[in-house]
Amino acid sequence: MKIRVDENTVRKVAFLARLKLSDEEIRKYAEDLKSILEGFHTLQQVNVDGVDPSFQPVPIKNVTREDEERESIPQEVALSNTSNKEDGYFKGPKIIEK
Amino acid sequence: MVKKYKSVREFVAEIKAESVDPFDVLEKAVRECETVNPAHEPFITLRSSEDVIRDAEQIFSGSWKNLEVPFLPVTVKDNICTKGIRTTAGSKILENYVPFFDATAVRLLKNEGAIIIGKSATDEFGFGTFCTNCAFCTPKNPHDPKRVCGGSSGGAACITALATFPHVALAESTGGSISCPSSFCGVVGFTPTYGVVSRYGLIDYANSLDKIGLMGKSVDDVAFVFPLIAKKDPKDSTSVGLENWENAIPKPGIRNMKFAIPKECLDAIKDEKVLNVFHEFVTELESEGAKIISVSLPLITEALAAYYIIATAEASTNLAKFCGMRYGYSENPEGKHYDEYFSEIRSKAFGEEAKRRILLGTFARMAGYRDAFYLRAMKVRTLVIKTFKKILKDADFILYPTMPVRPPEIQSVKDMKPSEIYAMDVLTVPPNLAGLPHISIPTGKVVNLPVGVQIIGDHFDDMKVLKASNEIEKMFSNDPVIRL
Repeated sequence: MKIRVDENTVRKVAFLARLKLSDEEIRKYAEDLKSILEGFHTLQQVNVDGVDPSFQPVPIKNVTREDEERESIPQEVALSNTSNKEDGYFKGPKIIEK
Repeated sequence: MVKKYKSVREFVAEIKAESVDPFDVLEKAVRECETVNPAHEPFITLRSSEDVIRDAEQIFSGSWKNLEVPFLPVTVKDNICTKGIRTTAGSKILENYVPFFDATAVRLLKNEGAIIIGKSATDEFGFGTFCTNCAFCTPKNPHDPKRVCGGSSGGAACITALATFPHVALAESTGGSISCPSSFCGVVGFTPTYGVVSRYGLIDYANSLDKIGLMGKSVDDVAFVFPLIAKKDPKDSTSVGLENWENAIPKPGIRNMKFAIPKECLDAIKDEKVLNVFHEFVTELESEGAKIISVSLPLITEALAAYYIIATAEASTNLAKFCGMRYGYSENPEGKHYDEYFSEIRSKAFGEEAKRRILLGTFARMAGYRDAFYLRAMKVRTLVIKTFKKILKDADFILYPTMPVRPPEIQSVKDMKPSEIYAMDVLTVPPNLAGLPHISIPTGKVVNLPVGVQIIGDHFDDMKVLKASNEIEKMFSNDPVIRL
């Protein structure tokens, strides 16, 4: 498939990834991504017909456990790595617009 | 300079015989780290001798003679969580993060008496080949401080080479982050089979690729400590541990070993001098009776592409959690819309390479491209695993140089394009992508710069790789030496 990467692509991707980039950064990353992906064109040439994807390198079984009550971390410990907290809760930015 | 050093095994025996004072050893170790840190920068965080001694006193107050590694000084790569000790993953976004828990591998070592003396430097979240992408420092090569240590576990390799005290380093590899710096710094670096060591408490780069491993001055140091961390962990659902490993140990003697050398891996090396060191090593192996065969390992450049797609796709989702709320870099969110707040925090606190990989990974997962990149990369991984397995049916190990180059100068890395840097991983990526256990051991030098060789085994043949490497190491010297 034909892959086009330009500054608009990077703008779109940056929004999806929640990165605020300057015009200079967008220009630079567009160039980088283009040359990186060009180098990866070999990936498109491999015959993968009938090949199963390996989502892990070794076969892994589902692990389950009994749903038992366990001790969890105290609230103040969970909140110890942020200054954005209030009344035992994390405090975040506004999500609902007025 | 060749100086005899004390192995971990010898240290433990002396400690248990009470012929050395553990407090004295630890204090000297901390002092030595304080001395080398300003010039070589292996540490992001170095612990004070008071903190280290307090930990040692706690061990001393228990039945420490029953422990496996009482008072052994260890360093921990800074993307592995340590309770009460700042853990940054080399990123400004975690500059002040202090975990309230230990990673399982750390806990297992501490349970056996190991003492953490410092947190070693890493490229931001492991994103790098040279350890020049760390937000806090750039480790300098012990053999030539103008040159890089290799990445991303650069600090771990640096202090392992420099230390004159008994020590092992807890390190981590996603695409070569243990092998590369081990080769560049002239130490031993072991990357276990995927899943053998629990990833609980590791700050993820790429879940399906990350592996915690060890570095040491000798294979024996690594082999002595490795069984302590190779345990199945209910806290990591992909953890499998290492069972019945005694069965996998080969007959002793290099003459009973068969090594396969893939021609494509040698073709990828443009540095003649690296190749010369490797060929000398192979000649020596042959003279000891080892069987050497030449094989084909196609798809190594495709494996590199598949690796970068998988790794960045997984990284871009893993790094979504860093948004200035529950931990890490934050500002006052009041009056800001959440998109605006998250985007601002992430843009300010992620470094250049982290942003690049987030963009690449997000792109590879985007609607319309997912099948062409992400899913295709997963299928190429299947093909790479199959190829390796086929070779390893006929041979015990696969063998080739760890890195295609000697450690470059720090200044010259700044002029390299990202695609050129990624290409440096062409030899370390294949076993990492396939989750195979592998070790890098120093085999020689070009002038003053070490050159490592990589020995790769089949899944769960971890102890077989270590035993074989131990015998190979003895070929070079009866005494492990400080290779400086």
